[in-house]
Amino acid sequence: MKIWNFLKRLNARGPAATAFFALILGFIIGALVIIATTAVVLNAWRHVFSSPTAIFSALKVTFDNVGAAYRAIFIGAVGSPSAYSHSITTGQGWTNTIDPLSETLTYATPLAIASIAVCIAFRTGIFNIGANGQAILGGIAGAWAGSMVHLPTALHIPFTLILGVLGGALGGLIPGVLKAYAGAHEVIVTLMLNYIIAFFLLYVTLSTALQQPGQANDISRTIDGSAVLPPIFGTGSGLRVSYGLFIAAAVVLFGWWFLNRSTLGFDFRITGANPHAARAAGINARRVIIFVFLISGGLAGLAGEVQMASTTHFVDGGFLIGSAGVGFTAITVALLGRNEPMGIVWGSLLFAALNVGGRTMQASTGIPLDLAAIIQSIVVLFVASPVLVKEIFRLHTTTEAVQLATKGWGQ
Amino acid sequence: MKKTRVLVTRVFFVTTITGMRVELRGVTKRFGSFTANNQISLTVEPGQIHCLLGENGAGKSTLMNILFGMLHAEEGEIVIDGQAVRFADSGEAVRRGIGMVHQHFMLVPVFTVAENVVLGFEPTKSLGRVNHRAANDMIHELSSRFGLDVDPDALVENLSVGLQQRVEILKALSHDAELLILDEPTAVLTPQEIESLMAIMRSLASAGKSILFITHKLKEVQAVGDVITVIRHGEVVGSVPATTSEADLATLMVGRDVSFSVTKEVVEAGPAVLSLRDVVIRDDRGISVVNGVSLDVNGGQIMAIAGVQGNGQTELVEAIAGLRHVESGTITLGGRDITNKTPRQILDAGLGHVPEDRQRDGLVLSMSIEDNLVLNTAHFRPFAKGWSRNLPAVSSNAADLVERFDVRTTSITADVGSLSGGNQQKVIVARELSRPLTCFMAAQPTRGLDVGSIEYVHRQIVEQRNQGLGVLIVSSELDEVLSLGDRVAVMFSGQVVGVVDPQVGRETIGLMMAGAKPE
Repeated sequence: MKIWNFLKRLNARGPAATAFFALILGFIIGALVIIATTAVVLNAWRHVFSSPTAIFSALKVTFDNVGAAYRAIFIGAVGSPSAYSHSITTGQGWTNTIDPLSETLTYATPLAIASIAVCIAFRTGIFNIGANGQAILGGIAGAWAGSMVHLPTALHIPFTLILGVLGGALGGLIPGVLKAYAGAHEVIVTLMLNYIIAFFLLYVTLSTALQQPGQANDISRTIDGSAVLPPIFGTGSGLRVSYGLFIAAAVVLFGWWFLNRSTLGFDFRITGANPHAARAAGINARRVIIFVFLISGGLAGLAGEVQMASTTHFVDGGFLIGSAGVGFTAITVALLGRNEPMGIVWGSLLFAALNVGGRTMQASTGIPLDLAAIIQSIVVLFVASPVLVKEIFRLHTTTEAVQLATKGWGQ
Repeated sequence: MKKTRVLVTRVFFVTTITGMRVELRGVTKRFGSFTANNQISLTVEPGQIHCLLGENGAGKSTLMNILFGMLHAEEGEIVIDGQAVRFADSGEAVRRGIGMVHQHFMLVPVFTVAENVVLGFEPTKSLGRVNHRAANDMIHELSSRFGLDVDPDALVENLSVGLQQRVEILKALSHDAELLILDEPTAVLTPQEIESLMAIMRSLASAGKSILFITHKLKEVQAVGDVITVIRHGEVVGSVPATTSEADLATLMVGRDVSFSVTKEVVEAGPAVLSLRDVVIRDDRGISVVNGVSLDVNGGQIMAIAGVQGNGQTELVEAIAGLRHVESGTITLGGRDITNKTPRQILDAGLGHVPEDRQRDGLVLSMSIEDNLVLNTAHFRPFAKGWSRNLPAVSSNAADLVERFDVRTTSITADVGSLSGGNQQKVIVARELSRPLTCFMAAQPTRGLDVGSIEYVHRQIVEQRNQGLGVLIVSSELDEVLSLGDRVAVMFSGQVVGVVDPQVGRETIGLMMAGAKPE
């Protein structure tokens, strides 16, 4: 009973607690998947039928396997505790110790930026599924600005960043104008534009001056050193986490300020919450739609630019395509973060940690990376359906009123 | 094959039944402290068209949801053929022979008429295949018997609204409905479609079906009804025969008893601040609902528009606020032409607007009281500094207005949706009156409010008029119109029948509301 009371109090703290439960649930179900798909574990359980005492060894095998998998995720994403203690006591080997953390932050950087982009659109009632395409455009624009224009570092980095924003904003402007002036549904337009932009990426990397000279493959020129977002700990350190991290932090701050403190963001939120009231309050719906796509697209473009300028330094035909589609993951992360910038920070870190740690798990235990995706999906599933989570943990705060099919009275 | 036969016999069974007597006895329904239905009793005889007449928010829909099993009454009972029943859900109501045609249809657009009608109860052939032939036969049978002409193979999305409604009626009939509830069925129809709906209703009634017809339109009630029950503020105010005159019905609907009075000082009316000239407006269906309205609202004067709902008042208010296109004519506010200007331009020209549907157009329920109090002023000083909102100014504005307008709340950061209807309305009134205004326009300013809030809102309106502001009130409460208005304009079928002094009395105004010109 004490546990229930504790959970109840936690739940009363709101969305963060729900997300925490969802994470626990994700790990529990992930464990079941490991059990069901690992031959060693299944075999151990099979023996239980012949000799009941085998249950202890079966349990041990289970815990060993599940534990190894989750330990690998943790070590891969954050680092191993023994390495930390070694570095703290001896002052040696910091680079190796924090390398997993550096990788997690590297992965989280563009993800957080793109998630803020998606979140601002969400809060305006607009479903920008095209963030990925806009990010690709941002990457292309950045690659162009970084490789075809030559400037000193102090100018070159801002220039490529701005070009990245403009590229994404252009990608957002198309569905924005189509929705504002022709009433086209943004989901369809942005979704389809993703395909067009993916092929545009192939065209740019194969058939224009941006293609790497002397290359027949779909790969762009490499950006100048002056346009690269340098690693925070220096190029020689081998740690990839770049100054893009600070850009992401600035974008999160901007997102918070924009939604909660700016007049335009106020208009956006009114429009998202009640378009009728927005109209009556004199808010120009067209202007809001155009602006939200410019801002959301611009930030998505920045995410692509940061990804390109801090890790690959060029774009190729596979840039942000398929499972690397940061703009698609961003939709999930925005949902997970409940469209609050701070929630998005935690959401991107979690997703990054699971992905980066999942790779370590795959390498050291042979359990496929897909397990990380399973855990991520379950977390999102449960965050998006908080009622279900409350039901499973029996966290009824009050008797929830039944939705009534009334018209005229109540809400 | 077997299922088909069952279905056909079911259809034949309908013809042998001789109707059903449905009685509501003392039905009471409360939502929190609000009583939506208070001791409502009415009886629908077999083959009778029983009209339920009342303004929006009078409690008609709540009552019908109770009868259809979607809501449960706190007190009272439903009696069918002398037997008390309790419906756990609408499925049980359907099984007891009650059918409901909702205002918003529940059809699958890409299915055919036949598929929609049999949906969920499909006659099947072997291997679970839908027997389209049997479904079509059934629809032919039903439609020929009740004069409901509709092609069973037509796709629903290709049908006009009127025909879609027939499909809904067919659906109810296919479930052996003996009592059909039609919830504002004419609201979405063109005049021709209304005519044919009425013909259908008559033929259904002559076949022994009972109909509960919900509407707020007097003409329709007289054309088709046998008995008319008028509901106001959740209570039955009268059950009268269909021969009752429109003027009497109108007075019944909008109220007889004086429930409030306002003391007003005499103020000299100033020049016109809001002028309408030959304004013509079409509704969403493209039908012209305001046909050449000319009206002047003077400073220091309350112009009250009276009329039974649905005579163009709603659209007129929307057009003045810039929310609906003006087909022709001009609207000037403080000497500036605001015809078809954007809502922003009209707000800036000095129009205060309290919309009819406050939760839809006036507030963002999920936002705080302080945010709602600057909904249309957030871009101006002192609430904005450059691109940033000045939140301290927003908060102090809210603290001030909540105090001045007596908004009952625990905190200015609480969601406006957590307030009672009366306090929500006070938030809107406070916001609109806190801006510099030329003219203040309020549609149904006290609908659904408790007595205390009504009085408060009225006092505020009169105070503004005393300070020289022009005020335009649209209300379907006759008492409100008579006690507030310095002048009363009566609207009927899209036109101002006349502008009179409220002293002429409620008889005259009742007649005007039914279309009679004042002498």
